Amino acid sequence: MHQLWLIPVFPLAGFAINGLIGRKSGKNVVNAVAIGSVLLSFLWVLKALSAMGMFGAGMPEEAHVERYFTWIQSGTLNVGFDFAVDRLSAVMLLVVTGIGLLIHVYATGYMAHEGGYYRFFSYLNLFMFFMLILVLAANYLILFIGWEGVGLCSYLLIGFYFDKQFAADAGKKAFIVNRVGDFGYSLAIFLIVINFGSLDFGKVFEAAKAMPVDQGAGIFTAICLLFFVGAAGKSAQIPLYVWLPDAMAGPTPVSALIHAATMVTAGVYMIARSSSLFVHAPIAMDVVAIVGLATAVMAATIGLVQNDIKKVFAYSTVSQLGFMFLALGSGAFAAGMFHVVTHAFFKALLFLGAGSVIHAVGGEQDLRKMGGLRSKIPITFWTIVCAALAISGVPFTSGAASKDEILIAAFHHAPWMYWVGVITAGMTAFYVFRSVFMAFFGTYRGKAHPHESPLTMTGPLMILAVLSLAGGFLPIPHFLEPMFPKVLEESEKWLEYTAVASGLLGISLAYLFYVARPSLADAASKHFNGLHKLLYHKYYVDEAYDATVVEPIVQGSRSVLWKGFDIGIIDGIVNGIGHRAMNIGGTLRRLQSGNIRSYAAWVVLGSIAVILAMGLTGSIR
Amino acid sequence: MDAPLFLLFAFIAVASAISLVVQTHPISSALSLVGVMVSLAVLYLLLGAEFIAAAQIIVYAGAVMVLFVFVIMLLNAGTEHKSSKSPMVKWFGIPLLVVFIGVISFIVQGMLPKSALVVFGTFTQGGPLEVGRALFTTYLLPFEVTSILILIAIIGAIVLARKEI
Amino acid sequence: MPLLPAAVPLSWYLLLSAVLFSLGVAGFLFRKNIITVFMSIELMLNAVNLSFIAFSYHLKQVDGQIFSFFVMVVAAAEAAVGLGIILTVYKNRSTLEIDEIDSMKN
Repeated sequence: MHQLWLIPVFPLAGFAINGLIGRKSGKNVVNAVAIGSVLLSFLWVLKALSAMGMFGAGMPEEAHVERYFTWIQSGTLNVGFDFAVDRLSAVMLLVVTGIGLLIHVYATGYMAHEGGYYRFFSYLNLFMFFMLILVLAANYLILFIGWEGVGLCSYLLIGFYFDKQFAADAGKKAFIVNRVGDFGYSLAIFLIVINFGSLDFGKVFEAAKAMPVDQGAGIFTAICLLFFVGAAGKSAQIPLYVWLPDAMAGPTPVSALIHAATMVTAGVYMIARSSSLFVHAPIAMDVVAIVGLATAVMAATIGLVQNDIKKVFAYSTVSQLGFMFLALGSGAFAAGMFHVVTHAFFKALLFLGAGSVIHAVGGEQDLRKMGGLRSKIPITFWTIVCAALAISGVPFTSGAASKDEILIAAFHHAPWMYWVGVITAGMTAFYVFRSVFMAFFGTYRGKAHPHESPLTMTGPLMILAVLSLAGGFLPIPHFLEPMFPKVLEESEKWLEYTAVASGLLGISLAYLFYVARPSLADAASKHFNGLHKLLYHKYYVDEAYDATVVEPIVQGSRSVLWKGFDIGIIDGIVNGIGHRAMNIGGTLRRLQSGNIRSYAAWVVLGSIAVILAMGLTGSIR
Repeated sequence: MDAPLFLLFAFIAVASAISLVVQTHPISSALSLVGVMVSLAVLYLLLGAEFIAAAQIIVYAGAVMVLFVFVIMLLNAGTEHKSSKSPMVKWFGIPLLVVFIGVISFIVQGMLPKSALVVFGTFTQGGPLEVGRALFTTYLLPFEVTSILILIAIIGAIVLARKEI
Repeated sequence: MPLLPAAVPLSWYLLLSAVLFSLGVAGFLFRKNIITVFMSIELMLNAVNLSFIAFSYHLKQVDGQIFSFFVMVVAAAEAAVGLGIILTVYKNRSTLEIDEIDSMKN
């Protein structure tokens, strides 16, 4: 026993303490509790994993399971409150607690002047608790607890500035869109219970492995597609990605932690976790790959023209998540998880850097009002450049390592996917460097006086910069290999070169458009006016959803359910009963004369009637 | 001797009860009630309930009725006004009452065995010894509860009789 | 068959009880003086007591007598409280007419 339960309990305690007494106590106490609880959790992860031999002797291939108590016992179904750690969850544990710790530290600097300080940190700790539950879960139901819990925390944190209408709306949007995905996930759980009689990962995968591939293909396809619906909701894939860009209404550390590094990768983690099921469902795999690729392309094209720095990075996140699903769908689960890790590094860094920029220019998020910040906030600049290099796939950075693996896997799955992926990678490099150039080069176009952020913010940035550059050398694919069915053979070198070249081309184009010849950008957007408009308005997807889904529901509720059903039928019934009762009462009140003797006469008449009835029917005997 | 005694005192009881109902002055009614109670006490004796018969005389016919007479005198209650409001009640109620008594007697006759004659002296368990033993063993708890009840009644009566209510 | 039987059946006692009870009910319903109404209630209680004791004799058990004992206790308590209420009502309304005491109306 490694006392795994302690890992999530530390943040939970932090949540409880900050939530209960944080309002009264000072910021130092809140900081200590929030960071301390995550730090303890991180240390305990390290201790447990090293005791399992992750950093030395090598971790056993089978999962270490700790069973605490039986949660649900119903017929033959037995769901325990169990935690498990294997290589997959070990990687996720390190990412969640490690990145989480850095972002907590960063947030103490970023949020220093915000109201609701204690509330922010208690939510953040609660998020850590649920995320760790999700990662540690040993069956699908425990995973679902974490799954729903992080959704809740995401809602709370997106709507952190709840007095602003757009933030509250964004929170609701995220929550409702996620419901669609959760619906698919719960249906998948039901199917698993019906077909396998258990929710335990070990038992389900054992049964799935034992089953011949051709048998029950329909069931596997159904389960896997439903899981993918859930993953699409949580990890922002087409058609459920619409909530993630709006989620940037939350504070930037939240965007970094929840909506870039950890929570949105939960779908990837869940599908990787269920790889034993997915290998039985080639159709579902194809769907995952195609949807992932489509999401990557679509989000990347939208990202090309956005002007809000956080929006750019949000679409970049959607796009990168698409890459991860492309990897999963191509059967390269290890590569997908590797990209989860490296993406957590560089995307967290991008968001934190963006936060630092926003902090520096006094809350401005529009790229057009920045510029020339390179010399004013050098640490932020250089760390963001590290992240941008990584996401563009420049050789020897973390992003290059993981993205190349994905693209190679895609090539072996279907060559056309590779080519589309390469083009998308080029676009990625373009729009990331576009925002870097717009923010840091040229002359400053804003009104504020930029200043470098405090060490609590730049410290995490620097650590993440190192990780973004060097993270590619972590042997994660090799470490995860035993978990997954092996797909990769040796790869041709030209595949990697092409991908890298595409990234470099994107960077140079961005340099050309936004540093060397800024007039070219305007000319291009004028020349492709229709296309530019389409992209700028995000393909009008939100408008389409409004028209096809939201409006009919709202109007239907208003006219049919409210005015028709609620007022007409339900209120009608209730009021009708009330009126009837008043009429009857109006008649009956004449009996209430207040005359005691008339009351007594009624009593006597009643008892005489009862006695007569009993005596004459003979029931008195 | 049982039957004549029963018939005599039953007659007295019924007559007194009728008198209670028809007398217009409360004092007359109260004295009629005393008559009912005393004759009932004799019937209790015939049924072998010696202790209850004594208690009936002392508590009911004595204490309670004195209380009634006391209140009547205190309030100086006079003759009732003739009820002229609803003669229908009388013409309708009295036959109904008679019919009701008839039905009851019919039922009672059917229920009890024909041979169940009341013979004085066959039941000797009604003395103070037996009643007291039952009261202080089987019925101890209810007995104690009645003491609380009486206490409450005393307090209630005092509160009600205070001036400012 | 002699003119009078040597002993009377138990049912006669019960019948007497029923008659007395009915008279009590009649008094309760027809009388207007609140004190007389109250005395009618006492009459009903006595009628019930009689049937308790008759059954006690019939079953050759003392329990029925205990019951009537308790009835007496309750009746005594009730008389104390009831008369107290009558006094209060009289003090407040200066009447003993039961028909005029109709504040329970509405």
